[in-house]
Amino acid sequence: MLKYTEKIVETAKRLLAEEKVDVFIGYQKGTVPMMNEPLLVNHPDKADTLYWDNFCGLNLCNYLTKRTDKIGIIANGCNSRNMATHIIENQIKRDQLYIVGIPCEGMIDHRAVVRAVKNREILNIVQEGSTFVVKGKDFEETFEKQKFLQSNCAVCRHRNPVLYDEMLGDPLEEQTDVNPYGDIEKIEEMDSEKKQGFFQRLISRCIRCYACRNSCPLCYCPTCFVDESEPQWVGKSIDPTDTLTFHFLRAYHCAGRCTDCGACERVCPMGISMRQFTKKLNKDTEELFSWEAGLDPEKRPPLDVYRPDDYNDFIK
Amino acid sequence: MTEKIFTKEEWSGALETLKEPYRLFGPVKDGDFHTFMPLDGDKKPDFDYENSRLSPKTIIYPESERMFEYSLDETDDDAHILKESPKDYSPCAIVGIRPCDVHAFQIVKRNFDNPEYQDPWWTEHFESAILVGLGCNNPCASCFCTQVGGGPFHETGLDVLLFDLGDNFLAKALTEKGEAFLEKIQGESADDAVLKAAEDLKQSSEKKITAKVPTDQLKDKVTIELFDAPFWEEVAFACLNCGTCTYLCPTCWCFDIQDEVSGKQGDRIRNWDSCMFPLFSLHGSGHNPRAEKFQRVRQRFMHKLKYYVDKYENGVQCSGCGRCVRYCPVNIDIREVCKLMNDFA
Repeated sequence: MLKYTEKIVETAKRLLAEEKVDVFIGYQKGTVPMMNEPLLVNHPDKADTLYWDNFCGLNLCNYLTKRTDKIGIIANGCNSRNMATHIIENQIKRDQLYIVGIPCEGMIDHRAVVRAVKNREILNIVQEGSTFVVKGKDFEETFEKQKFLQSNCAVCRHRNPVLYDEMLGDPLEEQTDVNPYGDIEKIEEMDSEKKQGFFQRLISRCIRCYACRNSCPLCYCPTCFVDESEPQWVGKSIDPTDTLTFHFLRAYHCAGRCTDCGACERVCPMGISMRQFTKKLNKDTEELFSWEAGLDPEKRPPLDVYRPDDYNDFIK
Repeated sequence: MTEKIFTKEEWSGALETLKEPYRLFGPVKDGDFHTFMPLDGDKKPDFDYENSRLSPKTIIYPESERMFEYSLDETDDDAHILKESPKDYSPCAIVGIRPCDVHAFQIVKRNFDNPEYQDPWWTEHFESAILVGLGCNNPCASCFCTQVGGGPFHETGLDVLLFDLGDNFLAKALTEKGEAFLEKIQGESADDAVLKAAEDLKQSSEKKITAKVPTDQLKDKVTIELFDAPFWEEVAFACLNCGTCTYLCPTCWCFDIQDEVSGKQGDRIRNWDSCMFPLFSLHGSGHNPRAEKFQRVRQRFMHKLKYYVDKYENGVQCSGCGRCVRYCPVNIDIREVCKLMNDFA
């Protein structure tokens, strides 16, 4: 994936110089290992810091909401699907975007890497083809990328952008023999009491920092329900019921819209797997409506439309 | 002041007996990271750690704390009367706390306990605590305590400082509270060789912190010029406006007060709040003086690195623990921002 860095820099310079875009949004290499920072470039001379590797796990679509300029932007499969969703939901116009597509081999799970080196401090990571070398004060270990993919990337079925103006590489073969919902099936088998206990434990560490919500391109409401104060909808303390209410409602707001990009889990400072909630709703929309979010910028999500020929009786 | 040396086994044994006179808190392995927890039941502390994910400020200044409770039942004689909620101010000992986090308490104390204003709850909690620090043999690459008035074996604010000497701990009492704590632990007095080893450890550890985060020019900057500096939009671009930096920070002290009512019983609670949240500065009128993201990001850095510097004339509001550097989801690095501010002309 490193090979894309040069191509991104080149493309951004060209687009900015030719004034095809006003700004270009990508990543720059971070100041700490396994962390890259979203970057906005507004001049060809500043494009040299653009960077791409397997630690670009945030969702750049987050930075598009309600912009009014013409934007060049990097997109892999999931990011492009969020851009399609953004277009459907009128958060950006298609003709404002120049999407530079990257076929994505998946992002590396930074927590899994830390676990693999037994919590020793990582000073540098060098990516070489299908492997990466982790360097610390007194150790150096090599790992295979494939074994360290984020759990959403390991089961990704849309690695290639679904929407682009230019592609920086040949499309990858899509994975078809993966089950994205294995973990959800296990939860579905639990009885209500067990489920409740499972969910309580899942969010027990939550500090209500809202990094999950804020890293999500779907969360762009001018006032989030947890911030409503007249009247207040949800308690602001770390009471487990209030915290669970936040997570449940956030997930329901994402039903039929989530692309399982994994940004929410990646950013959580407490390591909470809140995708367990959104994935259940992804599974439901897929089973009930044969729907996966963001595959077509012309098609509105199933929970957002009324059709007289709906096959469900209850709606007629 | 007393200096005592004891084996790590003796220390573990001593902690068991210290549960009687103190509410003990220590770093406990909690999944992928460490958290300061009450060492009750079978919870074992793990002192072989870098630092806790959340700072131990939670012990003195809980994320949510019930301040008062009240009844809304008109038939009660004391309906509508705020009554202080019970709190535990019995002696507590925070063992294994890092010197940067103790330095952070000193920074926060200037806000919560000063001649002008005393926050009763923070002050009582703080005064009930004995801080038994553990020096850092291996500071992280993202640590910069030496750049902001601290150090991996910084003693200010500590009651006891522990040196990890391999099989043994050397404990140095630094206050009377610390003396009283050490009296409860068996151990031998330290000879010159041990003291020399501890001093060497301290010096080698300080040298390991190579980050350069200059703060010397901040005081002389004109506040409004720094406020209007051209770099804020760029610094803020990636920011998600989440609360990770402020909630993990040992020196962020802002809170919100909420009334929660269930039936006829009410509680007045104070919760941590974050200047990153738009709601933090939203006025009752609907006006928000910090409506834009860059304004909120600017506030966080200006508060820590300029307003605090000017108000208390005692350095920056940062202990260099590096948590925000390591865990900011989008890699906004206070070391870089501090350089921008310090070098701004």
